[in-house]
Amino acid sequence: MKFAVIVFPGSNCDLDMYHAIKDELGEEVEYVWHDETDLSGFDGVLLPGGFSYGDYLRCGAISRFSNVMSEVVKAAEAGKPVLGVCNGFQVLTEAGLLPGALLRNKNLKFMCRTVGLKVENNETQFTSAYQKGEVIQIPIAHGEGNYFCDEETLARLKENNQIVFTYASENPNGSIEDIAGIINEKGNVLGMMPHPERAANDIMGGSDGLALFKSIVKQWRESHVSHA
Amino acid sequence: MSVMLEPNPEQIKEQKIYTQMGMSDEEFEMAEKILGRLPNYTETGLFSVMWSEHCSYKNSKPVLRKFPTKGPQVLQGPGEGAGIVDIGDGQAVVFKMESHNHPSAIEPYQGAATGVGGIIRDVFSMGARPIAMLNSLRFGELKTPRVKYLFEEVVAGIAGYGNCIGIPTVGGEIQFDDCYEGNPLVNAMCVGLINHEDIQKGIAAGEGNTVMYAGAKTGRDGIHGATFASEELTEASEEKRPAVQVGDPFMEKLLLEACLEVVKSDALVGIQDMGAAGLTSSSAEMASKAGHGVELNLDYIPQRETGMTAYEMMLSESQERMLIVVKKGREEEIVKIFDKYGLDCVAVGKVTNDKMLRLLHKGEVVAEVPADALAEEAPVYYKPSSVPAYFTEYQAMENVEPVVTDYKETLLNLLQQPTIASKEWVYDQYDYQVRTSTVVTPGSDAAVVRVRGTNKGLAMTTDCNSRYIYLDPVVGGKIAVAEAARNVVCSGAKPLAITDCLNFGNPENPEIFWQLEKSADGISEACIALDSPVIGGNVSLYNERSGTAVYPTPTIGLVGLVEDLAHVTTQDVKQAGDIVYVIGETKTEFGGSELQKLVEKRIFGQAPSIDLEVEATRQKSLLSAIKSGFVQSAHDIAEGGLAVALAEKAFGANGLGVEVTLNGSAITALFSESQSRFLVSVKPENAAKFEAIVNDAVKIGAVTDSNKVEITNEDGTEWISGSVDEFRSAWKGAIPCLLKSEA
Repeated sequence: MKFAVIVFPGSNCDLDMYHAIKDELGEEVEYVWHDETDLSGFDGVLLPGGFSYGDYLRCGAISRFSNVMSEVVKAAEAGKPVLGVCNGFQVLTEAGLLPGALLRNKNLKFMCRTVGLKVENNETQFTSAYQKGEVIQIPIAHGEGNYFCDEETLARLKENNQIVFTYASENPNGSIEDIAGIINEKGNVLGMMPHPERAANDIMGGSDGLALFKSIVKQWRESHVSHA
Repeated sequence: MSVMLEPNPEQIKEQKIYTQMGMSDEEFEMAEKILGRLPNYTETGLFSVMWSEHCSYKNSKPVLRKFPTKGPQVLQGPGEGAGIVDIGDGQAVVFKMESHNHPSAIEPYQGAATGVGGIIRDVFSMGARPIAMLNSLRFGELKTPRVKYLFEEVVAGIAGYGNCIGIPTVGGEIQFDDCYEGNPLVNAMCVGLINHEDIQKGIAAGEGNTVMYAGAKTGRDGIHGATFASEELTEASEEKRPAVQVGDPFMEKLLLEACLEVVKSDALVGIQDMGAAGLTSSSAEMASKAGHGVELNLDYIPQRETGMTAYEMMLSESQERMLIVVKKGREEEIVKIFDKYGLDCVAVGKVTNDKMLRLLHKGEVVAEVPADALAEEAPVYYKPSSVPAYFTEYQAMENVEPVVTDYKETLLNLLQQPTIASKEWVYDQYDYQVRTSTVVTPGSDAAVVRVRGTNKGLAMTTDCNSRYIYLDPVVGGKIAVAEAARNVVCSGAKPLAITDCLNFGNPENPEIFWQLEKSADGISEACIALDSPVIGGNVSLYNERSGTAVYPTPTIGLVGLVEDLAHVTTQDVKQAGDIVYVIGETKTEFGGSELQKLVEKRIFGQAPSIDLEVEATRQKSLLSAIKSGFVQSAHDIAEGGLAVALAEKAFGANGLGVEVTLNGSAITALFSESQSRFLVSVKPENAAKFEAIVNDAVKIGAVTDSNKVEITNEDGTEWISGSVDEFRSAWKGAIPCLLKSEA
């Protein structure tokens, strides 16, 4: 399986995503610069964390106009897995691929720590390797991770089982209903504030994030075989 | 638009306008003699900023010459953007620490942020990829709204810049003391990695080669920042707010990536950051180092504002700019790289063979000064020094124990002293994991960052107990280096080299100069004993507010090599049943200690003694035991003494506790700050092997599963007993609590 790691000016977790895929998962991966106009050679798209365009104006607000984003939308429409982590999640909401928005943390400070995440939905192509209700340890590092949406959207998210991860014990940023990660209705676009790519090797203090990437590959292999 | 008329050369001399730029009469005369004529306004600006203490080290040079700077591991010593040390396999580590004290005192967020930005540029201008940041901060006591504001904003500024650019802030230290109330210290350190073949130098070589300007545009910010950094702070310093630059970490991220692509090109001749004194220092220094000259046409400088004069452009300290020299005819290749990142890169001049820095503006030569005169020939002052009366008085004092009766209460109190208390409130705001290489995160003795693609790691720390240095600069200087080395050894690394940031008061005061001189002696001795030469650093003098100087604070940044990640050791105890050892003798030493400060509300007496030979031997044997795999956890005993260190060992381990038996006087045994001591835990089956290597280790107890800290006298008397949770919550809650409390 071949992944694209999208690099916007100011992305800074691109390297982490790249190495998690290449070194820990052992799959193919390439960096794709923001002005590229073709993602057809890739099976999955990863939007990494960072401060694309310096977070100026609003997190992700400028990145969504990058050339590559129309290709990301196409990939999503084609049913390819698209994962946005941290700033990548912010970009996905700005691009309208996921509902809601990410606001400033409730304490108005950047926070970096490892938190417990509850797997609310393990019936997605990103979470099949986890147990439902399982609590995993994944680092967060963000200043604007406070997920917000209106009541109607929230009701829809719940109804469609689109809330994939919630903060298990402490809610670090004030997110509505402790939401840490959501998926689109179709089930192929996941956005989350915590960084699974930072929990891919025990030398970094834990590897609970690796199963997320393994789930993606497993699903792709299965569908690839069945469609072959 | 109004046009400011610059004074003519005669007016500059007669009205002594140069004094407003920080130049003395003698210095102005020297400049006049060098030129053989009166300097014009722009030229006076060039001399004044290049001859400021910040750029020329004119007051500290005689002291800096004392430092040992050589060793087989050193690839680049002081003199370039940052020092470089070999780590094998064709790789090297590049690091430097720098101060940004005065800007942070006036405008803490931007002052701290641009301090971080500046030191990062120093590292990537060498061709290195920055992989970690550390810092060393000093504030007044967290009591007044002003100090709290400075503390919160400095931390936010460091976080804002470092997090955005994507370099993990992995460690540091913070101390609080009244002497820093009006003049906080903000020292930032950057560590980078490089392959030997990529090492760059800031030289303008090859007559006819093109001088190019890359990065952010030049504005009117930071004019005379270096001069401002070289004078005391006063009530009027608030007016210097415009001398503080504004940082743009996004711009620097782009500049960083572009520069690291550029260094791979053989079209590149030299590259240097435009830091203090901006365009002036980079052009003059690059020319001087190469033995050449540089001619700049200021009409081509990318400008953010209209109508800028030559003086303003040359003295601006706008951030995120680089000066590069490119082989003639190959400019387009370089422009293309910067263009990918949307950055300006324009030809602004050429390398000449006449050793002059020549500036053209609007068709005229507006300045013509020998580059060496600016970069190398600043006057050097040998300042008088004298022994302060307080030193003589303190040296004559006996070492006495401060009186406390309730030892548990005392331990709880010590754990809540902000200098000792958990700094989680601070590092929680730093992204310490980006680049996914941080193996030991903030909070242990030293941070460890792996070298991707190898099984090696780099351990790094910053350290300086300025109270000891105030009491005795020679001994305190030794302790600062030794403690930094202890931290790195405890994490499983061999110390490689240090960078230092010498923060002192006004050197015109002979007693301050004495502190500077003597602490440099102490540092030098320890560097030799512990085989860690000085590979670079920075001097920050005039750290005074309205006549009161800070404690002498020569901050040490030390990097060590972890040869195999399996050697990485942390301070937390690991398993019930492990044996707890103390290494090193405990004496009655309370001068400058946390307990003395807590009880007596001031510091006095003699600093703790240190024997560098003992220190070196002990560090070597402990490291050898760690590398042999016999040590479960290791922690140096520092501020607050053995009781604090013991409690800290239990804080990171859920459910575990420690139970030890000590002897002698309780106050000394628990709280003395004797040097060269460690606390380690060892599995019982490795005890004999461990003791064979570390033969002065003394068994004092064991790790338990009781979740308690229990310390008893050898006669069975209980000295301290309490739950780990109780101690931990006091330790963790102290700083957030102080910040929330009403002043």
